[in-house]
Amino acid sequence: MCGAVKGGLSLDGVDVAKEAIIQGQVVRGDEPVGNAYVRLLDGTGEFTAEVPTSATGHFRFFAGPGDWTLRTLAPQSDPVDNKVTAAKGVVAEVTVSL
Amino acid sequence: MSRESALVNADWVAEHLADPNVILIEVDEDTSAYDRSHISGAIKLDWTTDLQDQVRRDFVSKAQFEALLSEKGVSNDATVVLYGGNNNWFAAYAYWYFKLYGHSDVKLLDGGRKKWELDARDLTDEPVKLDPTSYTATEQDLSIRAFRDEVVAAIGTQNLVDVRSPDEFAGRLLAPAHLPQEQAQRAGHIPTAASVPWSKAANDDGTFRSDDELKQIYSEAGVDWSKDTIAYCRIGERSSHTWFVLKELLGEENVKNYDGSWTEYGSLVGVPVALGDEPGVA
Repeated sequence: MCGAVKGGLSLDGVDVAKEAIIQGQVVRGDEPVGNAYVRLLDGTGEFTAEVPTSATGHFRFFAGPGDWTLRTLAPQSDPVDNKVTAAKGVVAEVTVSL
Repeated sequence: MSRESALVNADWVAEHLADPNVILIEVDEDTSAYDRSHISGAIKLDWTTDLQDQVRRDFVSKAQFEALLSEKGVSNDATVVLYGGNNNWFAAYAYWYFKLYGHSDVKLLDGGRKKWELDARDLTDEPVKLDPTSYTATEQDLSIRAFRDEVVAAIGTQNLVDVRSPDEFAGRLLAPAHLPQEQAQRAGHIPTAASVPWSKAANDDGTFRSDDELKQIYSEAGVDWSKDTIAYCRIGERSSHTWFVLKELLGEENVKNYDGSWTEYGSLVGVPVALGDEPGVA
C-alpha cells in the first residue's frame, strides 16, 4: 500500500478507492482531545454527520467528493470550523487545533 | 404529550440521580460507549442485541421485551429517562420502542450524552445492576409504527418526511457520512417526501429547538399539518428523533415512524424512487 494514511484509526477492511475519506485529529496545543465532537457540514452548511473523537483525538468521515466544513465542539472551547475538500480515493487529513 | 412531559434537562437528571423511581438508560449507536463511561446509576440497552430480533429483521417480541426489562430491573411504574450519543438518535429510537410496547412514563434527556459531556458533567465507569422486576408490556401500538405497504400508499397523499442528510435524500450518499458507503440498495428517496434532515430540529449541542422554530421548519419544508405523517431515514433511528419532535414535542396526532426505512424501501422491487434534491411526483 502507498502508506499515505496518517492518524490513529485503522482503515483495514475499508476499500479506500471507493470512499472520499476525511479524517484527522483534534488537538489542544500538543495534547490530543479525546472528548470532542466533530460535525461534518455540507457545502450549504447543512449538518451531514457527527462523530465523537477517539481517546487519541482522532475522527473519520466517509464523505462524498466536494467541499465540506468540519465544526468541532469540545468542553471549555468555542466551536472551531475547518474547511476541507474530499475526493474519491483520497484520504483528506485535517488537524483541528482548539 | 408535550415538551414538559417528554423531555428533561441535565439539571433535572442531576437532581434525580438518587431517586429510585427514576431509571436512567443509555442507548448508543456505539454500543461500547456505555462501558467506557456513563451517567452515574444508568443502565445500558444495546440496540443491536437487546432491541432487535437476532434472526429476522424485526423487533423483539412482547415476551422478549418483558424478559429484557425484567432482567434489567425496570418496573412498569418507573420513570424511564433515556439518553445517548449521536444527538440522542438511538435514545429516541428506544423512547419510541418503549412507547410501542406501552411504557407510560418515559422521557428523553435533552441534548443526550453530548450536551452532558460538553457541560463537563460527571461520568463514571462503575457497573450498575438493578434488582430484577416482573415487567408487563402491552401489545405493540401500531398507531406509531409504519410498514412498507402503508408507506407506498402514502406517496402523494400523506406527509412523508425524509430526515436523512440532503446528500442521502438526493441519492449522492447511501449512508450517514460517518459510515462506509457501500450498500446493496438503490440511492434516492420516496417520491413526494419532504426533506427535513433530523439535524434541523436540534441545536449544535444536541438540544431540541423551540416549538415555534420546529413548527416553522416543518411548515417551510411543506408538511401539511392537516394530514397524517410518516417519518423515515435509513434504519429508523434518526426518524425516531423526528417522530419524537412531531408527536411528543409538537403534539401532532397520527405520526408514524417507518423503521424499515431506506434500507428496506431502497431494496424493494418495483417501487418508485426519486433522485435529486426535489421531492418528485407521485
